[in-house]
Amino acid sequence: MDVTIPILILAIPLFMFLLLGLLGMKMSHKLAGTLGTLGMGTVLVLSYYTAYNYFFSGSAQFITEGGDRLQALIFDQTWLAFTEKLIIKIGFLLDPISAMMLVVITTISFMVHLYSMGYMRDHHGVYEHGFQRFYAFLSLFSFSMLGLVVAPNIFQMYIFWELVGASSYLLIGFYYVKPSAVSASKKAFIVTRFADLGFLIGILVLSYYTGTFNFTQFTSAPVEGMAGVFQVSENTAMGIRNIFETSAAPMFMGASVLTWALVLIFMGGMGKSAMMPLHIWLPDAMEGPTPVSALIHAATMVVAGVYLVARLFPLYLMEESALTIITVVGALTAFYAAMVACTQIDIKRVLAFSTISQIAFMMVSLGVARPEIHEGLGYMASMFHLFTHAMFKALLFLGAGALIHAIGSNDYTAMHGLRKYMPITHWTFLIGCLAIAGIIPFSGFFSKDEILSACVGYDWVAYLWMSLVAGLTAFYMFRLYFLIFWWKEHKVAEGHHAPHDQPWTMSLPLIILAAVSCVAGFIPFGKLVSWNGEPYDFMAHFDWGVAAVSLTVALIGIGLAAVMYARENTLPEKFKNALPRLWDWCHHRFYWDELYMFITHKIIFGCVCRPLAWFDRHVIDGTMDAMATVTNKASEAIKPLQSGQIQMYVWYYLVGALLLGTITAVCLL
Amino acid sequence: MEISAIYYLVPALIMFCCGVYGFITRKNMIAMLISLELMLNAVDMNFVIFNRYLYPDAMEGMFFTLFAIAIAAAETALAIAIIINIFRAAKNIDVRSLNEMKF
Amino acid sequence: MESVGSIILYVIVALAMIVFSVLAVTTRKILRAATYLLFTLFAAAVVYFMLDYEFLGAVQIAVYAGGIVVLFVFSILLTSKPGDNSERLTSKSRFLGLVAAVGTLAVAGYALVSRCAMFAKLPAMDAPTMDAIGTTMMGTGEGQYLLPFEAVSVLLLACIIGGVVVARKR
Repeated sequence: MDVTIPILILAIPLFMFLLLGLLGMKMSHKLAGTLGTLGMGTVLVLSYYTAYNYFFSGSAQFITEGGDRLQALIFDQTWLAFTEKLIIKIGFLLDPISAMMLVVITTISFMVHLYSMGYMRDHHGVYEHGFQRFYAFLSLFSFSMLGLVVAPNIFQMYIFWELVGASSYLLIGFYYVKPSAVSASKKAFIVTRFADLGFLIGILVLSYYTGTFNFTQFTSAPVEGMAGVFQVSENTAMGIRNIFETSAAPMFMGASVLTWALVLIFMGGMGKSAMMPLHIWLPDAMEGPTPVSALIHAATMVVAGVYLVARLFPLYLMEESALTIITVVGALTAFYAAMVACTQIDIKRVLAFSTISQIAFMMVSLGVARPEIHEGLGYMASMFHLFTHAMFKALLFLGAGALIHAIGSNDYTAMHGLRKYMPITHWTFLIGCLAIAGIIPFSGFFSKDEILSACVGYDWVAYLWMSLVAGLTAFYMFRLYFLIFWWKEHKVAEGHHAPHDQPWTMSLPLIILAAVSCVAGFIPFGKLVSWNGEPYDFMAHFDWGVAAVSLTVALIGIGLAAVMYARENTLPEKFKNALPRLWDWCHHRFYWDELYMFITHKIIFGCVCRPLAWFDRHVIDGTMDAMATVTNKASEAIKPLQSGQIQMYVWYYLVGALLLGTITAVCLL
Repeated sequence: MEISAIYYLVPALIMFCCGVYGFITRKNMIAMLISLELMLNAVDMNFVIFNRYLYPDAMEGMFFTLFAIAIAAAETALAIAIIINIFRAAKNIDVRSLNEMKF
Repeated sequence: MESVGSIILYVIVALAMIVFSVLAVTTRKILRAATYLLFTLFAAAVVYFMLDYEFLGAVQIAVYAGGIVVLFVFSILLTSKPGDNSERLTSKSRFLGLVAAVGTLAVAGYALVSRCAMFAKLPAMDAPTMDAIGTTMMGTGEGQYLLPFEAVSVLLLACIIGGVVVARKR
């Protein structure tokens, strides 16, 4: 495959960032927005072309004769050659998941670009302050995210990983005059940076023992059932497994080197993907503009952790304990986030916790994937859910953005009964809710059903647990839906316009994403993406029992929500009063933030930082101050010597000369 | 009684010490300059006296004094020009009050 | 053995030199200081005459007494009002001055006295003729002073120009 298109895919967003960032303020708002959108549109077309080429061209570069998909290194340029072994490269790796991610990222990014043209202006058509900056940052984010998914080595991935963190920081803090937005951006940055520390250490440990950064070499570990994508290359016939069984065999604190490396790398993924206990930044990140939440904090950046684990999946397969950790963390997070989502008032917070919960689904799915269980169904299910979730969650966020834009508040208590006023938003939002709840035939049903099927093969407890969470998902989404669109009639305050649907720039992305959410489930995803590149026919393994159970659970959730929230009634109040403790804990997100505050402020600040600050202020500064004072005093003391009075100079000279003369005379005697 | 060199040298030395004392204690710049002339004159005398007593056939000491007198004249003229200029600017030639440029 | 007349002359000159030097630096009237300086310079000129350097004595009187002291007097008249007394000396500055002066006197006096035997007797000498002085001043040979002479003339020129520039009214 020609390298021009891959290079253009990365270069256009970067160029757009530079153009809009440097010259944006010289352009009109409309021109800047149009340029950004057109640039993203071009990238969208190029990415679709690339993905189409990869999946369907049948070129020998991408697929074997037996139908197994391959990893194709489109280009791999040496960037920094420090030593003979330590070489950092920049490249473009095409394989099933990176091709899929290209499609996801560019689709959502393009929709968000288009949508923001309408969203980032008020009802009188006045563009928001910093509109060009917003587009510049969006382009920067798109560039970083694309660079992340196509990275052929873990170092490039890390660079772009930090870049997406930085652009996420910039976009969360877009309304930088709002203190809450500023602190939210700082929180997001610091929490993910803390996680990235683990990631970096993990990279270093892994690369130290294996002597390489390249994914192709990491994933060439000879695991049973490997074929296609992860073919063992001749050069590394020894394989990573041998390395870890011989030279890197030593244990460290009860776990092998490989376990440590993988768990540390997963820690980076936990930070980015908001897994417990590093999830606290994501709800606060909703302070950013809603399109940003849709793009970064629902569809693309937050799944980077899932993507990372999927990238290194064969390595994780070698170390089942790491996979178990992933499963447990994911399962706990999924349940926790779903519980919290049931009690939130801010619609964006509900969606944020829903996102955390859904990403945890993907993590669990990866955690339970084994070659011997349904031939690695979990991997494929996870990627499939990533794909469908990106679509319907972006749809939900953009719909929420439309509501917020129309009402001017994030709070659903201001929104009741909107279904008649905003029909387009209502229908698309409903489709999104149905999709996430897992109702046939919407896309979420298929991907979630595959995840549950994978859980069945792994462990019954996991299956029941995740089914419960799926039911909760349906409940809280429809609670949100009913509270926004039903509950009671909307009252239009005197002197206000009735809320109405949005301009076409905002409606079009909603409709397109809704359409995708309707049909995406029928994509034969297993044929395109599977853990080892072999086509996988999901329908052959389709478990009607699991499907029926998940459908029933979802319907129960929806029914419960309908009973409690479709009409104005006192049931929710009664429920709340019946279980006050539980409601309180959920409403306050199980006091995680308070726990963090306690740990950081009371323990770390109080026990470490304050004494250090005291030491700094009194001992180190004191030393410096003392030096300055001594110098000052000394100069004051000797200043009279430099009186500027020539007579005194003469006097000193003369006395000195006389002393010299006397000494000479005495010596000569 | 023979008038030996020491009889000339001691008054010259006393003259020099008076110059030192005056230069250090006086505040008026012209008075300082006068003290300077005293010291210079004492040194000139020393040249001449040593020349006369030790090397009566040579004239180096005398010529040194001649040139010193010429240079002293030049130096005094220039110094007085500067003093007058300072007086014009500061209305004062007291060295202790001329400290505006200090520090 | 010197004549009595020359001894008397010496005593007068030496006393005048010491007394007027002391007065020149201790009087509080600046114009008087200049006058005492003039007397001291005259005394120095007399010493030159006594040592048979007539030309030098003449130059001393002409340049110092006739030129420099007149310059002093002019500048004093320009910069101070008649009847101005300089301030009384503070005891500190007087102490410093005395220390320096007495110290110099002691050290140099000790050096002189400890070696006074070296040059006890006034050797005989023919007073240098104007001829000899002129030849030495203008000659270019060894021990002759054309180059310093020219240098001094340039210095004087520079001094004239400098004096004009510095004292010029702006």
